[in-house]
Amino acid sequence: MNTESLIPVVGVITDVRRDTPDVKTFRVVTPDGKKPFDHLPGQCAMVSIPGVGESMFSITSSPTNTEFMEFSIKKCGCVTEVIHSLEVGQQITVRGPYGRNFPVEEDLKGKDLVFVAGGIGLAPLRSVINYVRHYRNNYGKVAIVYGARSSADLVDIEEIKNEWMNEKDFDVYLTIDREEAEWDKHVGFVPSYVKEVGLNPNATALLCGPPIMIKFTLQALLELGFKKEKVYTTLELKMKCGVGKCGRCNVGSKYVCKDGPVFRMDEIDELTGEY
Amino acid sequence: MLKIKTDKLNELYSRIAESEALYLPINKANAANYDEWTSEAEVSLTTLKTVKSPKDLFFPQTQDMMRFKTEGKNISIIDVRSPEQPFVLMGVKACDFKAFEVLDRVFLSDPVDTYYKAKRDAGTIVTLACGKPEESCFCKVFGIDATSPMGDVTTWICGDELFWQPNTEKGKALTERVKDLFAEGDDAAVKEQQQKTKEIIEKLPFSNLDLSYFEENGVNDIFNRPEWQDLSEGCLACGTCTFVCPTCQCFDVKDYKTNKGVIRYRCWDSCMYSDFTQMSHGNNRTTQMQRYRQRFMHKLKYYPENNDGLYSCVGCGRCVNKCPQRLNIVKVAKTLGGKK
Repeated sequence: MNTESLIPVVGVITDVRRDTPDVKTFRVVTPDGKKPFDHLPGQCAMVSIPGVGESMFSITSSPTNTEFMEFSIKKCGCVTEVIHSLEVGQQITVRGPYGRNFPVEEDLKGKDLVFVAGGIGLAPLRSVINYVRHYRNNYGKVAIVYGARSSADLVDIEEIKNEWMNEKDFDVYLTIDREEAEWDKHVGFVPSYVKEVGLNPNATALLCGPPIMIKFTLQALLELGFKKEKVYTTLELKMKCGVGKCGRCNVGSKYVCKDGPVFRMDEIDELTGEY
Repeated sequence: MLKIKTDKLNELYSRIAESEALYLPINKANAANYDEWTSEAEVSLTTLKTVKSPKDLFFPQTQDMMRFKTEGKNISIIDVRSPEQPFVLMGVKACDFKAFEVLDRVFLSDPVDTYYKAKRDAGTIVTLACGKPEESCFCKVFGIDATSPMGDVTTWICGDELFWQPNTEKGKALTERVKDLFAEGDDAAVKEQQQKTKEIIEKLPFSNLDLSYFEENGVNDIFNRPEWQDLSEGCLACGTCTFVCPTCQCFDVKDYKTNKGVIRYRCWDSCMYSDFTQMSHGNNRTTQMQRYRQRFMHKLKYYPENNDGLYSCVGCGRCVNKCPQRLNIVKVAKTLGGKK
């Protein structure tokens, strides 16, 4: 860990991809063209625009990508509003990596995996999914259930269609909330769809999405026979330092920035519920 | 043990200040706070509770961290720190000294907060034993002995003499520079004063506050007590308790634009404020009850869970005196853990 933990490094935006009407994915390298720092799937980084502010984002690119780092960012506040206006070549600052990652080398290894994401919730899971693809033989069967409000709100849809759907032993299930003329896949909410697609309840599940989706998806998974000890999700709270010192992202005695953002469902049950 | 007449203290201050900045309780506009000594300063060494605690010296209320220079699309990051100059902090009471241990466990744990550490390393701390603890004092509850604080040097004021006992290498180095102003003394007067002070402490109203409830019960049991609602009812969310508290360490990081670029600084923040946890997509503490509960749960349960049982309260009693609504940690401990 960088001992000057609050001092960032300069990053350059080398690519901006519009994923949805309110999500853009930014590719970032250092001014000399390198990846800013190494990370593990599920870890986060502080991205800032000097004079505007600093915010925590999950790193959506896989650690196996050694060339650059990517952040999928939804426009929803002061900092993200300005980030969305940035163009290729613009410098920003980044610092990290922060937090506990998904246990890709421990609990997930050798297991069948189920990924369930809603909307921008795909961002942290994309890092894991591409990590699993890179080390494909280390993991069992993969099922991905991904939903969004509309087809236009599905993040990374090109990668999903062109790469994930063609991967060996990868079952990808897409759904949108309401009917659309050109849509030939499922229509309906994620929690009810997970009950229909025939998931293996012995698999380890990773959930990311809006709190309401997490709540009902977890219920659905438990009904299917999944164990809370094998279901992972991420929490998101206000952060300033990223290293457990500014005192703001705690749930009980846990700091989401360093003890999370990844938590197991049985660990979340122990928390105070103030998240 | 060394001793010096209290009417000679100005000579001592003057000698220390020849080589290092000296901070000690100074009266200004009827309020005592730790401030830099000058020959005109109205020193009030025995002030029991300065308005703000001396945490300011290591964790300033505002502190510039870095500067950004922007040219076109390019950014450069400039370190704005200059090397910390050694300084002496004198007159620190036992509770405030213990608070440094509470802060150390946050700022010096991995990854080390280098801003804090630099100031910590630069400071030599001279503590002063309490002679006249007040009714709002309850350091004894936290195992603190107000009559023999640690620090690089410990001092006692007995009658018209100040007794001086170096404890550490830093303290001995300081002592070397001022030794000729002192005379040798025995510890009889100190012992006598300690005994008297301990008798006062025993009789203070909060000295036997029982915190066993917080040790014996789980986070959720305490968190879910319905009494939090009534306890927090009068809270004005002014944040006074957090600013006068020697152990409150929450900070904000902010940017401001100057004609020399953007300065990123940090400043004390307060969990009592409604925007403390406000994110663009929501807030996990929307009521004052939740914010109030967070502060006391942190001090009495969350912090001890993460720090081998050490409480994040040292019983200085500033919040007891300063809360405009007379809400404080003593009331919380008594209500939740009190003998029913």
